[in-house]
Amino acid sequence: MNRFGMLPRRLLHTVIVLFGITLVTFFLLRLIPGDPALAILGSSYTHTRAVAIDNFLGLNKPIWTQYGQYMDRLFHGNLGFSFFYDESATVVIRQHIAPTVFLVIYSAVLAAIISMPIGFISGLRRGGAVDQSSRVFFTLSFAMPAFWLGIILILIFSVKLPVFPISGFGSGFVGHLYYLFLPALTISLGFSTVLVRSLRAATIATLQAEFIDTARMKGIRWRRVLWRHVFRNSVLAVVAVYGVNLAYLIGGTVLVENVFSLPGLGSLLVSSVSDRDYPVVQGVTLLFAVLIVLINLFTDLAQAALDPRVGQEIGT
Amino acid sequence: MSAMWAASPSELLMRAATKAAGRQRSVVRRRFTLIIGLVMLAIAIAAAVLAPLLVSQSPTAIDVLHPLSPPLTSGHLLGTDQYGRDLLARILYAGRIDLAIAFGATSVTLVGGTMIGLVAGYVGGKVDSFLMRLVDLFFAFPFLVLIIAIIAMLGPSTFNLFIAIWITSWVSYARIMRAQTVVAKKQQYVLAARALGYSPVRVMFRHILPNTASTVIIFSMVDAVGNIILAASLGFLGLGVQPPTPEWGSMISDGQNYILTSWWLATLPGLAVVFVGVAFSLIGDGLADVLRAGDR
Repeated sequence: MNRFGMLPRRLLHTVIVLFGITLVTFFLLRLIPGDPALAILGSSYTHTRAVAIDNFLGLNKPIWTQYGQYMDRLFHGNLGFSFFYDESATVVIRQHIAPTVFLVIYSAVLAAIISMPIGFISGLRRGGAVDQSSRVFFTLSFAMPAFWLGIILILIFSVKLPVFPISGFGSGFVGHLYYLFLPALTISLGFSTVLVRSLRAATIATLQAEFIDTARMKGIRWRRVLWRHVFRNSVLAVVAVYGVNLAYLIGGTVLVENVFSLPGLGSLLVSSVSDRDYPVVQGVTLLFAVLIVLINLFTDLAQAALDPRVGQEIGT
Repeated sequence: MSAMWAASPSELLMRAATKAAGRQRSVVRRRFTLIIGLVMLAIAIAAAVLAPLLVSQSPTAIDVLHPLSPPLTSGHLLGTDQYGRDLLARILYAGRIDLAIAFGATSVTLVGGTMIGLVAGYVGGKVDSFLMRLVDLFFAFPFLVLIIAIIAMLGPSTFNLFIAIWITSWVSYARIMRAQTVVAKKQQYVLAARALGYSPVRVMFRHILPNTASTVIIFSMVDAVGNIILAASLGFLGLGVQPPTPEWGSMISDGQNYILTSWWLATLPGLAVVFVGVAFSLIGDGLADVLRAGDR
């Protein structure tokens, strides 16, 4: 039984989804009502420019040829031309990737650090102080808009107690860690809600498993049982939840980047909407979707590596 | 059962007793959760609908002489914003649009997504595979990013916000309902209905739907929390409801510019979002317990 036996199937599925994503992003530009050239150029509309844009988008050709052109450009790493920055959209987007990737990883790590002890203790001592207070806190935070939570954190930790900066990316690794602490905390608090709930449920379920009784019967000390048997198995059960929700976390960065004025993909996306820089919007959307597909693939592989039973399930 | 030999009999009895007591108490608490949630939502709706009776100021009346007054200033219970507009009036009137988005977006996607999932699960075959591949595709995108991209193309406005949510949010309902239908299809009552020669439409809507609807209805409350936050988020980014119409998200966004001096501008509209969000969450939790208890 090979735990990575599902790999070819899973990769094929990934390729199909990626292909579908390009279809969606391609048709996205076709949602523009009226004449796209007019929408893009606005007041700087001239007939020559409009013809140039129509040619670039391939609007004078049949739709499948347009899609073929789009795919051809994508395979050459060309996301189109940014009409606002007057530069290749690929270059514009590349300049904004670093803060977003840093923020996503930082928030994911922070969320794991926050939710693992809370979820585990809540599961071990159901109805205890940690369980009760975390339930109240996370019920509230579920209903909190991430951007508002960010502003509240700014109000507390930047305005009233000037500990952390209000905005910016900082310089150097340590600088990034310091400047991005509040944004990452904002995202990870929202993310932790789901993690704490599922880790708590997994811990409760693991405690009732027969192998825990077996371990105790063998005379293993309770602390060791908790650590080696209960904790390990519970965390394993949460890996899938972690991966799926990482995708939502990426959506959250769009808002939080705007709250803290971080020069990332989320800020770029929103400013490109008001600049009507459609190729950049299309490119960023594509990039976010590809990122999520890759994260999901990675989660499945990680799960299969950690737990051989999972590998066979995914393969079927 | 597995722990039986590990505990003394008295301990087991005690455990069983506390479990039973816990269940009894929680039945009362479950209803309580639902009622609290409904009351909170009713308060929010009433405050939004009856706004003209509750506050005398207009939400858009500018008073250049009294900008940025703090809360509890005479005549302005929650203070004023940078244009001297009454904050309480703005929060109440904003509730109209935000609640309308929550209900309008959620109800349409609830009905639409449920229908699609029901048909996909019941009919099966190519229709099912096509629809479910489409659902998979939507799940490949971060929802917020896809919604922003659609609004980017259509242009920011309240109506386009509805369209963007309608296009993207039916997929969760379709996926849940399809899974439920596939299971129900094999159960005795459905087989019996089909054996009686009832039409597929009748089997789907009179037999399967009433028996499986509770899950999507409970989920719609979670979705409503999401849509309230989504409406505010898009307003915050300037992509939803356009000024001067008061909307919680755009009020928070405006207030962020005055965060160093006037904390109330960004804080208080957010509390309104949290209030409505908690109301929907409690209704969802309460409904889940009540409906599931009914199943038992």
